[in-house]
Amino acid sequence: MRRGEISLAGLLALFSIYLMWKATELPIGYIRGQGPGGGFWPFWLSAVMLLSCIAIAINWWRGTSPASQSDEPLMDDFGWRTIFLVGGGVVAFVALISVVSMYGAIALFLLYYLRFLGRHSWWLTLLIAIGLPIVLFFFFEGAMMISMPQGMPFTQPFFDVMYDILY
Amino acid sequence: METLSFLADGVLLSLQPINLMLIIIGVTVGLFIGAMPGLGSVNGVAILLPITFLVPPGSAIIFLAAIYYGAMYGGAISSVTLGIPGASTAVATTFDGRPLAMQGRASLALVTAAIASFVGGTVANVFFTLFAPLLATVALSFGPPEIFALMLLAFATFVGLGGDDIPKTIFSICFGLVLATVGFDTISGEPRLVLFDIDGFLRGIGFIVLAIGVYGIGEMLWTIEQTRGEITTTNPKMSVKGMVADTKEATRRGWKGTMIGSFLGFFVGVLPAAGATPGSLMSYGVAKMIAKNPKEYGTGTPDGVAAPEAANNSASTGAMLPMLTLGIPGSPTTAILLGGMVIWGLTPGPRLFVDESEFVWGLIGSFYVSNVAAVLINLAFIPLFVWMLRMPFTILAPLIFVLSIIGGFAAARSMHDIWLIVIFGIGAFFMRKFDYPLAPAVLAIVLGPIAEPTLRQSLLLSSGDPSIFFTRPIAAPIMVIAIILILLPGLKLLRGKRKEVKA
Repeated sequence: MRRGEISLAGLLALFSIYLMWKATELPIGYIRGQGPGGGFWPFWLSAVMLLSCIAIAINWWRGTSPASQSDEPLMDDFGWRTIFLVGGGVVAFVALISVVSMYGAIALFLLYYLRFLGRHSWWLTLLIAIGLPIVLFFFFEGAMMISMPQGMPFTQPFFDVMYDILY
Repeated sequence: METLSFLADGVLLSLQPINLMLIIIGVTVGLFIGAMPGLGSVNGVAILLPITFLVPPGSAIIFLAAIYYGAMYGGAISSVTLGIPGASTAVATTFDGRPLAMQGRASLALVTAAIASFVGGTVANVFFTLFAPLLATVALSFGPPEIFALMLLAFATFVGLGGDDIPKTIFSICFGLVLATVGFDTISGEPRLVLFDIDGFLRGIGFIVLAIGVYGIGEMLWTIEQTRGEITTTNPKMSVKGMVADTKEATRRGWKGTMIGSFLGFFVGVLPAAGATPGSLMSYGVAKMIAKNPKEYGTGTPDGVAAPEAANNSASTGAMLPMLTLGIPGSPTTAILLGGMVIWGLTPGPRLFVDESEFVWGLIGSFYVSNVAAVLINLAFIPLFVWMLRMPFTILAPLIFVLSIIGGFAAARSMHDIWLIVIFGIGAFFMRKFDYPLAPAVLAIVLGPIAEPTLRQSLLLSSGDPSIFFTRPIAAPIMVIAIILILLPGLKLLRGKRKEVKA
C-alpha cells in the first residue's frame, strides 16, 4: 500500500503538470475588457491539483495517512486475479462493440461472465446471454429510437431480420 | 395558502397515470437497487438516467426521484438481512438492525425501518414545501458573485466537514472542475484542454460519463473485490398479523429515534457535501447519547434502527432543497439529478420556481406520493426483496456492467465516451483503494460549468478585483463561511498539537 500511494500521487502530479501546460494554450491571465482568459480557470485548478499531490507526498513521508503506514499489499492474489478477469472482461466487451455490434458484444460478455466467471449452468447462461440483448434491442432501437453501434458488415443480416420484426 | 394550492396541483400532477406508473416502477427499482449490497441511490440514478430520455423531463425527474426514495428504503433490507449495508447511507442501520435479525426479530427491524423512513420522509417533505419557495425567492436576487460564493461553499463543506483526507478531497474537487473545462471555452469559443490532441475531447467530458464510470463500473469492481461473494442471508418470517404487532412495537420503541432522525437528517441533508450518510450516523449518535439506556444501542434496539433510517430519508429530501432552489446539489445523487435537468434543457436554480413552476411542484408533489408508495411497496414485498437478494452476485454484476455501457452510449452516443467510462471506472477503483473521495469530483464536474462563468463574470464586473466577493452583502458572509470551512481542518490540527504540547 505504501509504495502504491506514492506511485499514484506521482502519477497524478505528472498529470496535473500536463494539464497546467495544456491550459497555457489559452491565456491564463486577465485580459482587459474580457476578464480572465480561457486558460485561467483550468491552469490554477491544475496548479492546486499539483499542490495537493505534493501535500499527499508529504503526508506519505510523515506516515500520517493510513495507506502510508500499511505494509500490506494493495490486493492479494485473489483480488488481483478477480480484478484482472472482471476488468479485462469489461475492456474486451467494449473493444468487441466495434466488431460484433453492441448487442453481439453484450451476448459474448454475458456468456463469458455467467459461464466462466459465475459457473452458472449453460441453460441459464444462454437464456440471459441471448434474451437480454434482444430485450435491449427492442428497448433502445424501438422504444427509444437510439441506434447502437452495429459493428462490422457481417452483422448486417442479423440487424435486417431484427428491424423487419421491429417495423 | 398559495403554497398549498401549488402543492395540491403538484400532487395531482404526480398522480397522473404515466407519472404514477413511473413512481411505482421507480420506487420498486429503487428498493431493489438500495437493497443490493454495494448499490445505492447514486448508482441507480447514474445508471438509469440515460433511459429517462424516453419521457418528458417532468416525468423523468419524478422517476429518478422515486428511485432515490426507494433506494433509501431499500438500504435497510440488506443491512438487516445480510448484515451488509445496501449503501453507505444504511451503514448505521446495521448497528442495531443486524443484532435484531440475529435474535430472530428481522421482521421488527424491517418494519421499524419502513415506518421510520416514512415518518422521516414526511417530515422532510413538509419542511421542503415550507422552505423551498422562500429560499428560491431570496435566491432570485443572486448575481454571479453570490452564485460563485455558493459554489465555493459547496466545495468548502467537502473540505471542512467531509471527514476524508484533505489533500485528496481538494485534488478530487479540482479534478472534477478541470474535467468540466475540457472541450471549448464557452466565453472565447476556442478549443480548450483537448487532452492528448484526441478529437473526441472537443465535445467535452459529460458528467454522466464520470458518474457512470465511478458509480457503475468502479463501484462494481469495488464490491466484487471487497465481498468476494461471501454473503449470507437471514430470512425474516413475515405475516400480516406479525407485521401489525411489529408496527405497534416499532412505534412504541422507535418513536424517539424516528423523531431525532427526521429533524436532524433534514438539516444535515441540506448542507452540501453532507447528505444522508453523515445524517444517519449523526442521528444514531445523538439518539444513543440522549437515550435512557445507551448500552442497549448496538444490541438490537428499534430506536437504533429508526434513527438512521428516518434520517437517511429525511436527508435525501433535504439534499434536494439547495439543488432546486440554488442550483447546488446537497449530495452526489442530487448532483446527477441536477446534471440530468441540464440535459433536459432546464436551468436549475431559483428561476425554476418562476419559469418551470409546474415542473417543480410536480416534483415536490411526487415526493409525497413516492413516500407513500415506498412504504406500501416495501412492507408488502419485503419477502420478495429478500428472495431477490439471494440472486448470485455473478448474475447481478454483469447486468450492471451491461447497463452501464449501453446506458452510457445512449447518453453520449460515442465510443470515445464509452472508453472514458471504462477508464474512469478502473481509475476510480484504484483511487478509492487509496482513500481518494470520488463524490466531490462528480459534484465538481456538474457544478464546474456554472462555477467558471460566474467567477469570470464577477471578475469582469470588478475589472479583475477579487474584493467583489467580500464587499457584497450576501456574497461576503457566504465567502467568509466557505473560507472558515476550508481552514477548519488546519485549525483542528493546530488545536490538537497545542493540546499535545500542553499535555
